[in-house]
Amino acid sequence: MALDSKIPKGPLAEKWTNYKNEINLVNPANKRLIDVIIVGTGLAGGSAAATLAELGYNVKAFCFQDSPRRAHSIAAQGGINAAKNYQGDGDSTYRLFYDTVKGGDYRSREANVYRLAEVSTNIIDQCVAQGVPFAREYGGLLDNRSFGGVLVSRTFYAKGQTGQQLLLGAYSAMNRQIGRGKIKMYTRHEMLDVVIVDGKARGIIARNLVTGEIERHSAHAVVLGTGGYGNAFYLSTYAMGSNVTAAWKAHKRGAFFANPCYTQIHPTCIPVSGDHQSKLTLMSESLRNDGRIWVPKHIKDVEAIRNGTLKPTQLSEEDRDYYLERRYPAFGNLVPRDVASRAAKERCDAGYGVNKTGEAVYLDFSAAIERYGKEQAHVKGLDEDDSALVQKLGKEVIANKYGNLFQMYEKIVDQNPYETPMMIYPAVHYTMGGLWVDYNLMTTVPGLYAIGEANFSDHGANRLGASALMQGLADGYFVLPYTIGDYLAHDIRTGTIPTDSKEFDEAEKNVRNNIAKLINNKGTKSVDYFHKRLGKIMWNKCGMARNAKDLKSAITEIAQLREEFYKDVFVPGEENEYNEELAKAGRVADFLELGELFAKDALEREESAGGHFRDEYQTETGEALRRPEYQYVSAWEYKGQPSEAVHHKEALDYENIEVKERSYK
Amino acid sequence: MMNLTLKIWRQKNASDKGKMMDYALSDVSPDMSFLEMLDVLNQELIEKGEEPVAFDHDCREGICGTCSLYINGRAHGPETKITACQLHMRSFNDGDTIYIEPWRAKAFPVVKDLIVDRSAFDRIQQAGGFISVNTSGNTQDANAIPIEKEHADKAFDAATCIGCGACVASCKNSSAMLFVGAKVSQFALLPQGQVEATDRVLNMVKQMDEEGFGNCTNTGACEVECPKGISLENIARMNQEYLKASLKG
Ligand SMILES: Cc1cc2nc3c(=O)[nH]c(=O)nc-3n(C[C@H](O)[C@H](O)[C@H](O)COP(=O)(O)OP(=O)(O)OC[C@H]3O[C@@H](n4cnc5c(N)ncnc54)[C@H](O)[C@@H]3O)c2cc1C
Ligand code: SF4
Ligand code: FES
Repeated sequence: MALDSKIPKGPLAEKWTNYKNEINLVNPANKRLIDVIIVGTGLAGGSAAATLAELGYNVKAFCFQDSPRRAHSIAAQGGINAAKNYQGDGDSTYRLFYDTVKGGDYRSREANVYRLAEVSTNIIDQCVAQGVPFAREYGGLLDNRSFGGVLVSRTFYAKGQTGQQLLLGAYSAMNRQIGRGKIKMYTRHEMLDVVIVDGKARGIIARNLVTGEIERHSAHAVVLGTGGYGNAFYLSTYAMGSNVTAAWKAHKRGAFFANPCYTQIHPTCIPVSGDHQSKLTLMSESLRNDGRIWVPKHIKDVEAIRNGTLKPTQLSEEDRDYYLERRYPAFGNLVPRDVASRAAKERCDAGYGVNKTGEAVYLDFSAAIERYGKEQAHVKGLDEDDSALVQKLGKEVIANKYGNLFQMYEKIVDQNPYETPMMIYPAVHYTMGGLWVDYNLMTTVPGLYAIGEANFSDHGANRLGASALMQGLADGYFVLPYTIGDYLAHDIRTGTIPTDSKEFDEAEKNVRNNIAKLINNKGTKSVDYFHKRLGKIMWNKCGMARNAKDLKSAITEIAQLREEFYKDVFVPGEENEYNEELAKAGRVADFLELGELFAKDALEREESAGGHFRDEYQTETGEALRRPEYQYVSAWEYKGQPSEAVHHKEALDYENIEVKERSYK
Repeated sequence: MMNLTLKIWRQKNASDKGKMMDYALSDVSPDMSFLEMLDVLNQELIEKGEEPVAFDHDCREGICGTCSLYINGRAHGPETKITACQLHMRSFNDGDTIYIEPWRAKAFPVVKDLIVDRSAFDRIQQAGGFISVNTSGNTQDANAIPIEKEHADKAFDAATCIGCGACVASCKNSSAMLFVGAKVSQFALLPQGQVEATDRVLNMVKQMDEEGFGNCTNTGACEVECPKGISLENIARMNQEYLKASLKG
């Protein structure tokens, strides 16, 4: 099967407008005859559900949490990009497009990214109209901050709770439609299969997580906004329930999985503290606006800090190595995430890590506190040389900007980051890979769409900060509502899809068998036992730096672990009740398949690009070495076993951007 | 390392009566979060072939509002301004007995063990917790209406409510006024929220009453236990809005 990305012809800047003018529309009366299933109520699914319901479609929405408002998007901290150019610093649609393609290390589709940049401004207008309380300046206008990998200030934010505020906006739009009866909301439901009828996605099988009932739901199209799969690594910044199950079941039903190895390892997370650790906490990238990253210059100081005889605050400026500022003078602490993470790993591998485990670097706010404090003293006409006053004023500014993050840090680490630098280390945070979709956001299964983090489309091999929220809302509010209409226009006479067909029978049976297998296994080891072991393999062999030898051994080890899992996993309780272990077992089973495909994809890609770094392919100065032969999207077709997956390629053409070495020096 | 006695509410499902059960747990590290401590207990139970304790959680960083534990008689435990998932075992001592119960309120029936059904909160929001604006792509420019920073900041503070329900669980009347007040306030403080202000407050309060939440008698327990520091000011603002709306309507 040849991949057709369906990118419209014509000049880049006109593609989307012209395309919208030409595609099929469904008239309002006919929309009432059409059902759409949306799995996921994060920014992508929530915004899509609200918008499709406003348009008149009958929407059924699903999430596994107890309320749509609790989707993982709620945890996003730092901000959302938009090319508003409110700061007058030279931003434009083209610049946002350019930064995103470059940031993605030239591994994303030009047309998709341009469209994303184009609709970015509408998102901010829409959210403000909904009552999303973005941060404002004293003049009453919207404020912006900077994120990594760019030279303009285009990130809109709501303190450290931007995802929460945007999601509550989408949730409120959903609520309006739930109240009107246009969305039927199914909470505490987990989708466990897609149903394909005559080659088209026509429904899903879901498990009611409270009663354990297996349910059939039909529709004319199915949309997956089910998020990313970073929890394959066990430890990550994702919520505990985030999973690949929905996407993986779709993959097994014919949807190609694109670039599974493209994972973002975020540079600023709170380091691991012990074996009991269940998740890692992000410290937003926005902190790099004001925080400076460093380790001691000399090993003797590292040792003194580790054994507690020296405090980081006692170390003089000359004895500190601000390694990002040293290596990347142009972008400094605001280099993209992949670059910052690898640089931290490089210093820690060389022995300069500052905590007991040797896996931590400092993120220091003392310079910012001093600078802001002086500024405030000046503005208020107070004494700029009164250091106690300057400290106090400076800390107030920092608290106003990042208060909740500082509080989060203090609660976890039990240290006060206003007084001593934060300790941070990279952690798994986002997956750029996902279900392959065309320009319409449709997967290789007709009528099955993937939006938000669940698809692969816009971020190439590395995502820039504040662009996941942008993409999720762009897909849900402004792209899918048009493109899905083009497909559904053919379904106005189809009528309700029956759920008593042989296809639904088969899918339900498949789900029931999988559940029975897990419940009846009665092995000796818990689900977490296997999940942790998978996480270790992924982190050690498919993590921040990869090589052929490790990847090959990861493939074998994961396949063996999967076998062991099916022999020895123990799932307590029954299937017809609330059973968290059963839900977890199903998710880990899917991670155990995805993990192998992940390693296989990383092995195939003999280059370094963005978050995918192969030891064998680096420049003399240790930067990622991209190879022109690999300028394509890898899309994998399921053939029974991850090891047998068939590789397809979608060539990437750059007509509007010159592919260059990605330099942040 | 600490040794603890845990007294935990176990209830098979909504119709089961439920009871407190005792568990001994040893070697608890002070660096563990409270939920990680429960993970350790659950692993031990699973290894013994017993059923683990069901509790709600997802983000484990204090933002999703899913976790909902009543610990030693306090919503989210002994510390203030944090959720149960942000609580660490360093807040306890070796030899402690810890009581762990679900939220108790008529409007929040128990689903299983420590998990309750908070869908009443969703229904209150569905009754009016929104601004009726369609997704058109041509709403007015976001900077067309400047908003005084003070109002914008207050609206934001109200909007940081995570919908956890600790306010209800802490209130002797099981009142939901802090939660509803926060949402009403967010919109009342913004120009965008004015058009539908009358219907919004009337409909949300009506739904709140129908869900079986109790009346507010100004004890202020909710504010003390709210992990996000949502202030009582929001209840006062809602009362004003309600009065205004009642006079109009
Ligand atoms: C800590 C943190 C901070 C971040 N900060 C930022 C930031 O500042 N800026 C930025 O741009 N990005 C940020 N990101 C990334 C961004 O938050 C996510 O990529 C984005 O929110 C994903 O949204 P989504 O709608 O695609 O999926 P999600 O929000 O993950 O939603 C997934 C939905 O799918 C449902 N679901 C999943 N599987 C199933 C199933 N099998 N059955 C039924 N339902 C299912 C879930 O219930 C949920 O409703 C951050 C990420 C993290 C982890
Ligand atoms: S007001 Fe506070 S306690 Fe009540 S639901 Fe909101 S965050 Fe929780
Ligand atoms: S688990 Fe999300 S707030 Fe506690």
